[in-house]
Amino acid sequence: MNNAPYLSLLIATPLLGAFLTALFAKRLQGRHAKQVGLGISLLTLVLFIYVALQYELNSPSQFQLVEKYSWIPSFGVNYALGVDGLGLLMLAMTIVLVPVVLLAGWNDIAEEDTSRYVSLVLALEAVVIGVFTATDLFLFYVFFEAMLIPMYFLIGRFGGPERKRAAIKFLVFSLIGGLVLLVALISLWVTSIKLTGVGSFDLEFLSTLGIDPGTQRWLFFGFFFAFAVKAPLVPVHSWLPDAAAQATPGSAVLLIGILDKVGTFGMLRFLIPIMPDASVDLAPVAIGFAVVSIFYGAVMAIGQNDMKRLMAYVSISHFGFIVLGIFAFTTQGISGSMFYMLSHGLSTAALFLAAGYLFHRTKSQQIDEHSGVFQVTPLLAGVILFGALSSVALPGLASFIAEFTVLLGAFARYPIVAAIATIGIVVAAVYALWLYQRTMTGRPSANVTNISDLDGREVIAIAPVIFLTILLGLIPQPVFNLVNESAELVMESSNVVDPPSLVDQGEK
Amino acid sequence: MLIPLVDFAAPSIDFLNLAPIVAPLVAGALSVLIEAFVPRGARRPIQLSLVFGTLLISLGSVAAIFGLNSIEAGGSVAIDGPGVILQGTIAIIAILGALVLAERKVDPFGDSFAPSASVLPGSSDERELTAAGWYATEIWAFFLFAVAGMQLFVASNDLLTMFIALEVMSLPLYLLAGMARRRRLLSQEAALKYFVLGAYSSAFFLFGSALVYGFASSIDFAGIATAINSRPINSSLLVAGMAFLFVGLLFKVGSAPFHQWTPDVYQGAPTTLTAFMAAGVKVAAFGALLRLSYSAFGSMIWDWRPILWVIAVVTMFIGSLVALWQTDIKRMLAYSSVAHAGFILVGIISGSSAGIVSVVFYLITYAFTTLGIFTLVSLIRDANGEANNIDSWRGLSQRSPLTSAAITFFMVALAGLPLTSGFTAKFAVFSSAVQADQMPLVLLAIAASAIAVVFYLRIVVLMYFVKPQEEGASVTIPSGLTIAAVVVSLSITLILGVYPQPLLDLISQSPVFAR
Repeated sequence: MNNAPYLSLLIATPLLGAFLTALFAKRLQGRHAKQVGLGISLLTLVLFIYVALQYELNSPSQFQLVEKYSWIPSFGVNYALGVDGLGLLMLAMTIVLVPVVLLAGWNDIAEEDTSRYVSLVLALEAVVIGVFTATDLFLFYVFFEAMLIPMYFLIGRFGGPERKRAAIKFLVFSLIGGLVLLVALISLWVTSIKLTGVGSFDLEFLSTLGIDPGTQRWLFFGFFFAFAVKAPLVPVHSWLPDAAAQATPGSAVLLIGILDKVGTFGMLRFLIPIMPDASVDLAPVAIGFAVVSIFYGAVMAIGQNDMKRLMAYVSISHFGFIVLGIFAFTTQGISGSMFYMLSHGLSTAALFLAAGYLFHRTKSQQIDEHSGVFQVTPLLAGVILFGALSSVALPGLASFIAEFTVLLGAFARYPIVAAIATIGIVVAAVYALWLYQRTMTGRPSANVTNISDLDGREVIAIAPVIFLTILLGLIPQPVFNLVNESAELVMESSNVVDPPSLVDQGEK
Repeated sequence: MLIPLVDFAAPSIDFLNLAPIVAPLVAGALSVLIEAFVPRGARRPIQLSLVFGTLLISLGSVAAIFGLNSIEAGGSVAIDGPGVILQGTIAIIAILGALVLAERKVDPFGDSFAPSASVLPGSSDERELTAAGWYATEIWAFFLFAVAGMQLFVASNDLLTMFIALEVMSLPLYLLAGMARRRRLLSQEAALKYFVLGAYSSAFFLFGSALVYGFASSIDFAGIATAINSRPINSSLLVAGMAFLFVGLLFKVGSAPFHQWTPDVYQGAPTTLTAFMAAGVKVAAFGALLRLSYSAFGSMIWDWRPILWVIAVVTMFIGSLVALWQTDIKRMLAYSSVAHAGFILVGIISGSSAGIVSVVFYLITYAFTTLGIFTLVSLIRDANGEANNIDSWRGLSQRSPLTSAAITFFMVALAGLPLTSGFTAKFAVFSSAVQADQMPLVLLAIAASAIAVVFYLRIVVLMYFVKPQEEGASVTIPSGLTIAAVVVSLSITLILGVYPQPLLDLISQSPVFAR
């Protein structure tokens, strides 16, 4: 196998870009900064495609493109990177969405601030790539916390009038989650010392420890809490609507579409493999939170007047589905959740960016201040409709495959829960269609009458998202091929076998 | 009891091994002579070369004696791993501190000390002296004595030496704290408070020494430890004596409920001095506390651990909660230092060699971060001198992006986020405590850190997210001296966050106290 440090390169490229744009902030104003940022994010994309081609399906080892260097031996910490199917999928989502976000939000940032904005976005991209590739828990934690800093500035500097408060709320919630994770991390480390005499953060090492179930439970609570704050699940979700409403649409996509996935990603990558017994025992608890989130998010979405708050609540509902799929402990549910993580990233991007185009024109994100957009700008309204339908999982779109697989997987183990969750889909139809009806149909309101339809840049920016949503809706199998292995490994680590399947899942 | 002269043999003293302590002591005496005999105009270059020469000698001799494990000077000084590393830290801190203290480009009238400490603040005499360009070069004598005291404090191996070190360190600092050029009334008030409370705590320490001597018939730590182990019944003399000794040292480290002096002194003292003092005294006093509790009272851990446990919790929470309401940056940082004292106590409570490593590591990281942030505070000024009210920091990032970024980095380090030394240090301390089955304490410490994050980030919010005021503060560009100090402390804070292993190796080589 080729041993070039591909993943480190993948982290380094946007990071270097972030440093350069920050360093030359004065000279690199306005348009140029954006061009440089877009260029670097596209370069990262090209590099990623090359890296992805090195990845082999059906390889005997879980992680590929592995890099491992001793970092802080005193703490047993390694700089260890590697990707599996899930990691690769998350990387793909991140690296595709960053240039899309930069291009779509081209004019959302004041001229004199663009270089700072670009620098923060690139820094965030680098750190998120690190989060999705770290196979050492300490390294993961470092990236996990480092993510907050650029995101905090993205929300706090560029956004709505209440952005300062929203940024602090975001940070405080995240830091509390992070500190709880730190406690769990330290106890896990001490547990590994007590069991083997060696303190380690290595994922594979920790998964084979055989921690006693009592300790596992405590650790589970620590990890689950931190990831639930990030994902977010009700009742630790309240930072998300504020942050999403105040952030620019682009930052909201980065926050909800990418950053929040780290929560569900962490559950799959670290929580279940390291604490399998507790995860299985406490799965009903997790599912309880998931179902509450599905409904709470959907119902709250109906009541919102701020479109971005509405979409944030929709996402909370969707994160409920993802967690439901994970803790149903069926191969189908888990691979469905992995697929869902991707499709949610796409539908979030479609919805937020399309809505962002509208906000940029009308300077408002309130539902009751818009109506009849369709008559004035049919293309824009169409894109928003597409985003809305994508988020309610219209058949033929990627999100439908995701939701369907998750529900199927959940149904195999918890038929009643799955049936209840299905009702969530009905509620979803209400908020999405009602949103469309209230803003897009009817007589154009005063602030809408003079707006222009989408220009070329805006179409190009959002086209890849729409294209991928439809493509994966029609041909989802490549993605499943990629993640099935990861899903099976998660199942294997938890020592749970699939319940007799009601629907034949089509052998891999 | 009189000691018959026949029995008395002068201890052999290996001055080479004591050079980190002796060099600044001798230089301090020389510095006084310079003040007496050298004309005013020529003093600064001579004093500065003396100071930096001495500190380099002190640092060099630390490197030379590193790895030794011995008892020197008739049992009163211990040369061992943790002590020598802390001596090295103090030497570097002193070099950086001296760079900052020597700065004369920031204040339009010169350095940050009054031209002559004896004249009345604001009097016409003072104005004349200022206009005539007088400088208080005697600060360097005080500075050198304080450094000598710190170097001895972390190495002292008996109660009397420790007491003397405490006084040699503290008395010059009391004086220096009262000599601020600006806001001298505040400065003098701070100095008086520091002195009076410091004198009380010294009295506690001395009284404790007497009681412990009454129990153990010995003042050196080895003798005390032997006495404790040979007599299984806890004597009230011992317990009371130990408690008093701890009070004396807990005062110096600024831990609750003996922390009351910190905000006043940190605020009143010239900021350049606060930078050195906050870092140096913390290192020296915790070094002494660590040695006393492990070397002399190691087998009493079951008695002192619960007490320190409570004190640590109270300290962390008082520090981080009260800091939330501060509007003066120096007071806020003072309370933050109280909170950090609590975190460091968590490491001491571990009672293991991992605990020693973590405390020493924490002290090093904290010292450099503190020195850096206070130095930056001294640069942020408006028309009336330093702008310590955090409201005047609004929108600072727009005028001085580089300084704001540096301040942000230090704040993030103090808050203990990853990739800064503050995180590695917290990880080291907390993991050593969890290993010692102190999970509840660590949970409380984490809760306190969560609170502390809020006030550190409030500064960041003010600098970045708020529009600047009309007459807000701005950053004065200092000379290379201050810039060098900031760059060094910033790099150390970053390096110890990203690549702490070499230093951890160094400390882990021999995390035991000689006695």
